[in-house]
Amino acid sequence: MKGIRRVGPPLLLLAPSIILMAVFVYGLIAANFATSITDNHTAAQATGQKPSVVVWFDNYVELLKTDDFQHSLWNLILFTVVFLAGAMIMGFIWAWILERPSKGEGIFRSIYLFPMAVSFVASGVVWRWLLNSNVDDKASGLNRLFQIVGLDWLQNPWWNHITFGIAAIAIPAIWQLSGYVMALFLAGFRGIPDELREAARMDGATEWQLYRHVLFPQLAPIALSALVIIGHMSLKSFDLIMSISTAANYQTKVPAIDMFLLKNSWDYANSAAVGTVLLVIVAVIIIPYLWWTNRKEDSR
Amino acid sequence: MSTTALITTEGAVPAPAPVGNGRAGRVTWRTIRYALAIIGVIVVLIPVYVLLITSFKAPGDASPTRAWALPENWTLDNWKGAWSALWPSMLRSFEIVIPSAIISSVLGSLNGFVLSRWSFRGANIVFACILFGMFIPYQAVMIPLSQLVTNMHIPNGVPSLILLHVVFGIPITTLIMRNYYVTVPHELVEAARVDGAGMLRTYWSVILPISIPSFVVVLIWQFTNAWNDFLFAVFFSSSANGPVTLALNNLANGSVLQDYGVSMAGALLASFPPLLVYIILGKYFVGGLMSGSVKG
Repeated sequence: MKGIRRVGPPLLLLAPSIILMAVFVYGLIAANFATSITDNHTAAQATGQKPSVVVWFDNYVELLKTDDFQHSLWNLILFTVVFLAGAMIMGFIWAWILERPSKGEGIFRSIYLFPMAVSFVASGVVWRWLLNSNVDDKASGLNRLFQIVGLDWLQNPWWNHITFGIAAIAIPAIWQLSGYVMALFLAGFRGIPDELREAARMDGATEWQLYRHVLFPQLAPIALSALVIIGHMSLKSFDLIMSISTAANYQTKVPAIDMFLLKNSWDYANSAAVGTVLLVIVAVIIIPYLWWTNRKEDSR
Repeated sequence: MSTTALITTEGAVPAPAPVGNGRAGRVTWRTIRYALAIIGVIVVLIPVYVLLITSFKAPGDASPTRAWALPENWTLDNWKGAWSALWPSMLRSFEIVIPSAIISSVLGSLNGFVLSRWSFRGANIVFACILFGMFIPYQAVMIPLSQLVTNMHIPNGVPSLILLHVVFGIPITTLIMRNYYVTVPHELVEAARVDGAGMLRTYWSVILPISIPSFVVVLIWQFTNAWNDFLFAVFFSSSANGPVTLALNNLANGSVLQDYGVSMAGALLASFPPLLVYIILGKYFVGGLMSGSVKG
């Protein structure tokens, strides 16, 4: 009885959120999976006018066998690798620059961070222009800028390249999120006690040794958090690709785009299957991370 | 969460005192740092320069050879065009974003209080289950979600987008609030308990009055996130009843012939509210960022 009186009120206060999460997250994930294992491929079935039959994992097997979806997965990997590498490197360099207190530091920080406040759709408008694929006489955007500064050989078709086009879309993503990585690293740098650096210097450590043996290990957990957070954003990328390229463009297609196109063509089963594939990819990264951070917090 | 451990609602940890080895070395290092910092600023601001100059160019002024040059004749036509194309959808964005930010902040505050300061056995598991909702790709629920919203007879556009931003805002608002309340001394809550105050009473008279900074962080976060949302807008609204991101995308990618002047003016216009918030309340914006929060 006493236990219920203790647990009851807080649970009651949490109830609206718990119910909403149970329905909108876990219930819908289950419902989505249920749709993905049927032969619900037509508008008539999607609207319930015709029955659907359970076909178990046939949709997944078929999907993973098609060149089309393999291409989407390849694009997703390429995009994520370029995006993560770029944002981590830029973010770290900026944090390293601003780590020591200096004049104007606050202004630099605000400028590096401001792209975070802008929507991918709005930045997509300007990046679509910057990444214009015309070269030489017709070039505008970055290709024209390369000509102006005498780096003509750098001109390239950007996102219209058939194999590596998706990597060009990672550039605006890097532009937008490096500031966030910087903010994380900066907090990490500031969290390292001065005594640690002093002690290392007293022991005669060189600047490189200081970083290698003292600062990098201290920053490792932050780097992991940053990787996981922007990594899962990268896997869900949709807005930026839609606004720079278009949904139908083969060279910039990723699973999130496939899901959208399949739903629009009333192929609910395959659309749901793509959604589940994405969920599995994200969960493989996120669940161990949540478990790890929780344990760390408990042990504090 | 390790990222969450970083949150200080003030956003500022005192900077370490400068240390260096020798005066000459310090000066060159400082020069290199400043040079790199300024290069960074130029790179970040290139798109802003393009947006600004293109938005003031007349259509004839947009030839590739003059792509990076200042406008020959400055004109406001693009801004007028963008304004008339986007204003109705901007109003709808406000209608969506304001109520959903307020509702999900209140829910997050209640959850955060219970999970941190009126805790119970298994609270951590409940917290983890709520938090997971923040990371899922919404593509994995989109099909049944659209069916559910239709079956509940919630009209597309503003009403369904408010609902979705509230529901899917719960994890992040709970996270930010919980991390703030963890810093509230236990003694405060215990004192209220000893005085015989119940849970709601404690929340109302002890927790809520000191929650203003965290409410600012969460409100800003939800406002920016919902304002910048495009995914839910695509699935749950049309250009006739959707938010500004959808209207902007239609403006920029709708026609065969691209009118970059108008779309860039539109992009600036659509970014104005979140940028204003960032400029005025930047400290709180960073506070939200640092709590392990994510965009999109």
